Amino acid sequence: MTPVLHYIALKTGRALFVVWAAFTVTFVLLFVLPANPVDLLFDPAELNAIPPEVKAQVADNYGFNEPVVLQYLDRLGHALTGDFGNSVQSGKPVVGAVLDVLPSTLALAAGALALAVLIAFGIALVATATRRAWLRNLVETLPSGAVSVPVFLSGVLMLQIFSFQLGWFPSFGDQGWRSLVLPLVTLAIPVAGPIAQLLVRSFAGEFHSGYVTTSWAKGATRGRIIVGDVLRNAALPALTIAGVTFGNLIAGAVITETVFARKGVGRMTQTAINTLDLPLVAGIVVLVAVSFAVINLAVDLIFPVLDPRLRATLTAGNPG
Amino acid sequence: MTSPPVNAETPASTEAPPVSDPLLRIRGLAVDYRTGREWTPAVRGVDLHVEPGEFVSLVGESGSGKTTLIQGALGLLPAAARIRSGSIAYSDVDVTGWNDRRMALVRGNYVGFIPQDPNTSLNPVKRVGQQVIEAVRFNRPRGTPAARYREAALESLRTAGLTDTERVFHQYPHELSGGMKQRALIAIALAGRPRIIVADEPTSALDVTVQKRILDHLVRLRAELGIGILLVTHDLGIALERSDRILVMRRGEIVEEGPVERVVAGATSEYTRRLLDAAPSRHAGRLTADSAVRPQPRPGAVALRAEGLSKTYRLRNRAVLRALDTADLTVREGTTHAIVGESGAGKSTLAGILAGFVAADHGTVHLGERRLTGLPRKRLRELRKDLQFVFQNPFTSLDPRFTVRRLIAEPLRAFGLPAGDRVTELLAAVALDGSYLDRLPSQLSGGQRQRVAIARALALAPRVLILDEAVSALDVSVQAQILRLLVDLQAERGLSYVFVTHDLGVVRLIADDVTVMRSGAVVETGPAEQILTAPRHEYTRQLLDAVPGALV
Repeated sequence: MTPVLHYIALKTGRALFVVWAAFTVTFVLLFVLPANPVDLLFDPAELNAIPPEVKAQVADNYGFNEPVVLQYLDRLGHALTGDFGNSVQSGKPVVGAVLDVLPSTLALAAGALALAVLIAFGIALVATATRRAWLRNLVETLPSGAVSVPVFLSGVLMLQIFSFQLGWFPSFGDQGWRSLVLPLVTLAIPVAGPIAQLLVRSFAGEFHSGYVTTSWAKGATRGRIIVGDVLRNAALPALTIAGVTFGNLIAGAVITETVFARKGVGRMTQTAINTLDLPLVAGIVVLVAVSFAVINLAVDLIFPVLDPRLRATLTAGNPG
Repeated sequence: MTSPPVNAETPASTEAPPVSDPLLRIRGLAVDYRTGREWTPAVRGVDLHVEPGEFVSLVGESGSGKTTLIQGALGLLPAAARIRSGSIAYSDVDVTGWNDRRMALVRGNYVGFIPQDPNTSLNPVKRVGQQVIEAVRFNRPRGTPAARYREAALESLRTAGLTDTERVFHQYPHELSGGMKQRALIAIALAGRPRIIVADEPTSALDVTVQKRILDHLVRLRAELGIGILLVTHDLGIALERSDRILVMRRGEIVEEGPVERVVAGATSEYTRRLLDAAPSRHAGRLTADSAVRPQPRPGAVALRAEGLSKTYRLRNRAVLRALDTADLTVREGTTHAIVGESGAGKSTLAGILAGFVAADHGTVHLGERRLTGLPRKRLRELRKDLQFVFQNPFTSLDPRFTVRRLIAEPLRAFGLPAGDRVTELLAAVALDGSYLDRLPSQLSGGQRQRVAIARALALAPRVLILDEAVSALDVSVQAQILRLLVDLQAERGLSYVFVTHDLGVVRLIADDVTVMRSGAVVETGPAEQILTAPRHEYTRQLLDAVPGALV
């Protein structure tokens, strides 16, 4: 096997492992650890009022009486064929229900990620390019500010200003691009924070590195140095962070979708947990894990394209 | 030859100046650094000029302000620095205070720059050819066809002394050796067809044999292209060997200036004379201790013996790197055994195995009668009392949050021994007084730090010290003091040293025996006298030839 194929196989294997681990951990948490998983299916307030025959019937339906290993293998086998059972609440297949809302959440998350990366690059570029100390200081305080504002607060604030006061964007729903603007911005702000912090630091670091001095000495101008030398080198570490942050986005989507009353995986998760819809929760966790793994796999595969040094270790096999 | 930078905004400069003007003239330049609210002078009124075709060296130790001076000349001072007074003129065009946009017309075009560390000075994600092309493009009139850029870039690489230019053109920096990278940087400096080249310590990150080739090439370029060269270096040997004229800088001032022959014949400044004296090659032989009588070592007694040491590292694609190949080493009691070689010679691997940090694949190490290799961790720890290590970089080998007292007491505490007066005693042994006890490493100079590191290594009263490039990071004058200290300590305490170094000049001062290594194997071993004066192996001869400072 060539080193490149080996690398791709390794990274793909890692992504598959993440998905498998998410499935297994979910299974253990939902179906093994609870003393009586059947109880989780009922409202705690009414639990005592339910006759034991009904419980036994339900347990039998869900296969809780089988040995744990058999239950696990059974669920895993079905999951591999795309069958996560039916939702307790709606009775419809879990996969269909999740896939129904997943595109809307993915659009929100991907859009927010793109916007966050844009904001972060903007902040880093201004901080590096400006020669005015006050502007640089101002811009450099933005990331920590962005991180410290909770989504529910910024979301409500934005609704208040841009929707209720100015009436520029609708306050809820998912009709057209206009309804996407406010959720996008709300979700992007806290995610942009850490990426911007990292970028500002790596921009500054790269800007004072040896090859930049070489470029100055070549007769390059400030703009050429930032675009031609600093940008690509500084972007490399940010790429990793952006991939990892995608997980935060899914978590952030829960609140954003609630605040803006959008349909999506976030809101579905919330409903599923509130109504103790275990199969649905399990299905959501695994599908979210899949999208997380896919994004990070993409980052891993893009890296060698951007960094010739990494490419070299792949083909030449240098140690570490 | 391009004409000197012409700037439309300054009418006075549109007329081409006469050829007789110096390429670079700095007059009364003073540069300050901001530290907190105050301005500290780094360069205090320096005059300097470089004539066409002249090779001028600027010599100074760390902190002398030499780098600040040339940053000022190139308009590349960091934001915390400012020019207080003085002027910088290229061929009589005054560029003092020019902003980056205007200086961009001068840089590359008129003055080329060769940086210190070739390993960090090329953009890692761009092909070498691309980086040279940029240097061409920034300095040619607009509208030149792209094919011409490529042509010029390849020619520049050839002029810089690279042979396989087509291949190098398509390679990335990490695919080149240090010497080739420095040649690529020379190509970049030449690409704008400058009339003067400023080189900041261009060879201090390179091996001696490579250093020799790069310097040879610079001298040749000067002759062929008629350009002026301003070389900044800490190494007086290089400066004297290569230049027409030298300037010695200290604490922001020029303390000596003149043609090489005159400086060698009779330096006017006391500092220059000291530098000349400190140069390792000035000394005919090994330093002798001036304190105690050297305890006579038992003849033939061996402190440390290594036999048939091998170490291979497995690389990812099943290739192997033979870091060390059946190396033998015998350190006689009370003597210094130097291990010399260039990067990749395996000397650090050898030192690591001797110290028990790295496990050998084959071979044995004996400390006195006791076998060191293959010992369990716990037993090895006991042997640590007799075998200590001093690292290369005193700036990273001391915990920045520990006081000197704690640093020196650390090995004692680790073995549950009382520290008490022992710390003061050790500090005195390395010629530091009690006032240093409560200082932090950041409050010490490089030489003082290395003294503390030596005191720490001596804390457990070891019999053998392994010194890995222990003086390489220090200035020449400090280096001389530390070497003298080591020689004295050896005489007083009957210590045996394993002295790992790339610097043959230092070897002359301290070694009784020398082992020369190359690519993991021992090339030659024997008494220092014989190796240095009558080497048997061709490689040793090459190494000796490459050492600068034959003139000193």
